[in-house]
Amino acid sequence: MPDAHLKVFRGRPGEPSEFVDFDVPVEEGMVVLDALHWIQGHRAPDLAVRWNCKAAKCGSCGAEVNGRPSLTCKTRLSDFDLDEPITVEPMRAFPLIKDLVTDVSWNYAVNRTITPFTPPENLPQEQWRWQQRDVDRVQEFRKCIECFLCQDVCHVLRNHETERAFMGPRFLIRVASLEMHPIDQVDRRQYLKDSGGIGYCNITKCCTEVCPEHIKITDNGIIPLKERVADAYYDPLQWAWRKLRGREATGAGTELPVLPAPVGAPPPPAAATTPTDATATESAPAQTAEPAAAGTGPARPPRRVRTTKSARQTAGRKDAARAPRGRRDGGAG
Amino acid sequence: MAISGFETHVHDVLVVGAGGAGLRAAIEARARGASVGLVCKSLLGKAHTVMAEGGAAAALAHVAPDDNWKVHFRDTMVGGKLLNHPRMAQLHALEAPDRIRELELWGAVFDRTADGRISQRPFGGHTYPRLAHVGDRTGLEMMRTLQDKAVHSDVDVYMECTITHLITGPGRIMGAFGYWRVTGEPVLFPAKAVVLATGGIGKAYEVTSNSWEYSGDGHALAYLAGAELIDMEFVQFHPTGMVWPPGVRGLLVTEAVRGEGGILRNKDGERFMWKYLPEDRRQEYAATDEEAERWVEVTAQGRSSEARRPPELSTRDNVSRAIYTEVKEGRGSPHGGVYLDISYLPAEHIRRKLPSMFDQFKELADVDITRGPMEVGPTTHYVMGGVRVDAETGATTVPGLFAAGEVAGGMHGANRLGGNSLSDLLVFGARTGAGAAAYAARNAASAYVDPSQAYRAARQLSAPLEREDGEDAYAIQRDLQAMMQSLVGIFREEADLREALGRLTDLETRWQSIKVTGGRMYNPGWNLVFELRNLLTVSRAVTLSALQRTESRGAHSRVDYPEQDDRNWGVINSVICRGPDGAMMVARSGVPPMASELRGLLGAAH
Repeated sequence: MPDAHLKVFRGRPGEPSEFVDFDVPVEEGMVVLDALHWIQGHRAPDLAVRWNCKAAKCGSCGAEVNGRPSLTCKTRLSDFDLDEPITVEPMRAFPLIKDLVTDVSWNYAVNRTITPFTPPENLPQEQWRWQQRDVDRVQEFRKCIECFLCQDVCHVLRNHETERAFMGPRFLIRVASLEMHPIDQVDRRQYLKDSGGIGYCNITKCCTEVCPEHIKITDNGIIPLKERVADAYYDPLQWAWRKLRGREATGAGTELPVLPAPVGAPPPPAAATTPTDATATESAPAQTAEPAAAGTGPARPPRRVRTTKSARQTAGRKDAARAPRGRRDGGAG
Repeated sequence: MAISGFETHVHDVLVVGAGGAGLRAAIEARARGASVGLVCKSLLGKAHTVMAEGGAAAALAHVAPDDNWKVHFRDTMVGGKLLNHPRMAQLHALEAPDRIRELELWGAVFDRTADGRISQRPFGGHTYPRLAHVGDRTGLEMMRTLQDKAVHSDVDVYMECTITHLITGPGRIMGAFGYWRVTGEPVLFPAKAVVLATGGIGKAYEVTSNSWEYSGDGHALAYLAGAELIDMEFVQFHPTGMVWPPGVRGLLVTEAVRGEGGILRNKDGERFMWKYLPEDRRQEYAATDEEAERWVEVTAQGRSSEARRPPELSTRDNVSRAIYTEVKEGRGSPHGGVYLDISYLPAEHIRRKLPSMFDQFKELADVDITRGPMEVGPTTHYVMGGVRVDAETGATTVPGLFAAGEVAGGMHGANRLGGNSLSDLLVFGARTGAGAAAYAARNAASAYVDPSQAYRAARQLSAPLEREDGEDAYAIQRDLQAMMQSLVGIFREEADLREALGRLTDLETRWQSIKVTGGRMYNPGWNLVFELRNLLTVSRAVTLSALQRTESRGAHSRVDYPEQDDRNWGVINSVICRGPDGAMMVARSGVPPMASELRGLLGAAH
């Protein structure tokens, strides 16, 4: 079998960074993470890579492979034309730490602001009963392995299109798993609207496309949440009813941190076509009356992520049909 | 704050490791008023517990009304070949149901029974359907639930921080020393009590289902601090790991494949498990292919069958030995495994019952398990041995040092039953968190850290970076894994084990002169140095214990002593400790006595 040619991003903030070429001997069935391990074990022992399980269960090894946010443990070398180099670079949405490792701590800070599961006080646990069909949807959301690829691909976060905070698809799904729990007692709609910035999502569905757990993030999670928020705040009857009878609203007024812009993001390798296409349409909130916030101006504009259409254009991706079908319709929910 | 120039974080209780046991311990210690720090090598939520699939065993009696803690206790003891600490097995069986219900109270969403309660599934060695589960991702559900509980319990979490040394004082533990993986800077954690919850040792072997973090850190830290390790010869090799392609070698193929009717065959198409059933248990298994097929058919409909179970559902240790023997005698598959075939069942049924296995083989091996067989072979999965602990509190033999979960020994004896690990994490995580908090409250004087120990630790940390030239850590790791795989694997014998001890000495010498390049910042090659120290330590402990136990029992199989020797070894635990000269010593001690009412529960099994 021929060697694979990897171009791996190496560098850290404040220092010159580069894409380093490695020729890696290929064995049948090898995944990108295997190639990175071979490089660590034989060429670059200090290559920084985050990984744990190598079984697509922990969500640690996310990176951008030929521009597409991927779990490197699930991305097989045989999916690529090995005559062409395979580019591996860190997730662009997050600040760089070193090589392929980024600072994802912002996600943990956002998670802390979500009011946890709150069961009813007057219903003893011995009496809890619910059917499997009542929890199927919640269980879908709870499959999330927190790889943060959805956060990475989300143009709102990736391009730092807002000055106000946006929690991103991962945490919208997290809220959905609580809001749709059969006996949870808390109303997180105002939190979603005012703190979480749900209006910033304009349903381009890129998150769903990259989700390695195949969670239908937009269709099953975000859109229903948007509908609930719209019902509560933009339907006068519902608004009045909520004032009278609504569940306790919690988390309202919580301030979410804003995702910091990466510094020292690397220049892309080879053909440095860098479309900075954060268009006004894409950054416009879909539903609320929020003004479209101006970009916060990262040190370098990150490249637009290649999912779907652009993935098909990506040289070296042999089996374009494997890439999920994409939409960029920008339609509101 | 800073002590002796080191960044310092002071806590009543410091928990090392943030898997199921560590999180549960942290939550409990905090609930009892202790200030708690939780340190993990990776990001929070990535620990090995997320890989657990099948479920958590607890006698909730939702599916089988006859189930209760006494039956669970007996199953656990029989599975462990009666080497288990009886009080631990009792507490585990008694408290597992409450720990599961508590997870539901904290937001876990388990699969449901028809009447809307937590569902339970059958598993090997359990008399009744007993495993609370969430599809085939039970560990992930537990982790998210515990993680969120801890985050909202005011526990301080220190992510991507490697603990390299425990700091001891006069007759007790004083804290821990480590470094930030991101910056490489040292950090000191003075604490009144330290809980080890670092998991297992699978990375000592070439073929393993374990993640990189499983480098025996807690085992080695405890040993170096003067604690005793027990039962270290008992390493569980799961019978079915993937063997092909090379990149996924060792990846787990769940026992549920055989539970659903998967048949094991060698390259000649022979259903070889018929040959390997132990004579004294032969009557529990089907007599013919037809009877086994009937069992599969009826069980798939959710009914209990008058037919007996297929031979593939023998215990893990036995199936592993059978597969190994078939391969060794030249009847293996092209990639050194055997065939596991479930494709004779309807494709739709397979995809519904084994969705993640279907995806795993499809995506990683290009194998459609609804159309053809899988290739499987044994994979290092779990270590029954660990730090000797007090059953009630998780206290080790070093005051102030506690241990819970896989790093602790005693609970599972010579062989662990599937499903008993997740419940172990919860039961003893909670008990150990309480034990550590109580210890911290009793020892209220603020922790003092001997600066000379911290300076020494810092010098050891820096040494591999400062050498001009030296050994490559990755090469040492590869050599260690290959050696353990071939000499201290499923089948052991004296000559191999003695050779292993000699090779370990060579590897330890090479370890002394490792040279690390690339600086301190997020440098995996540097992190590997201390993991290797730990792996070398536990490898020697496994080898010495295996050499000492001149019998075969549970997961420990000696070619030169193939029989179980109850007279000499039936109530003996191996003990590893540090001798006065600093060398590792192996000894033996009696299994803790069983209360007479517990002995009565063993009934015919004893």
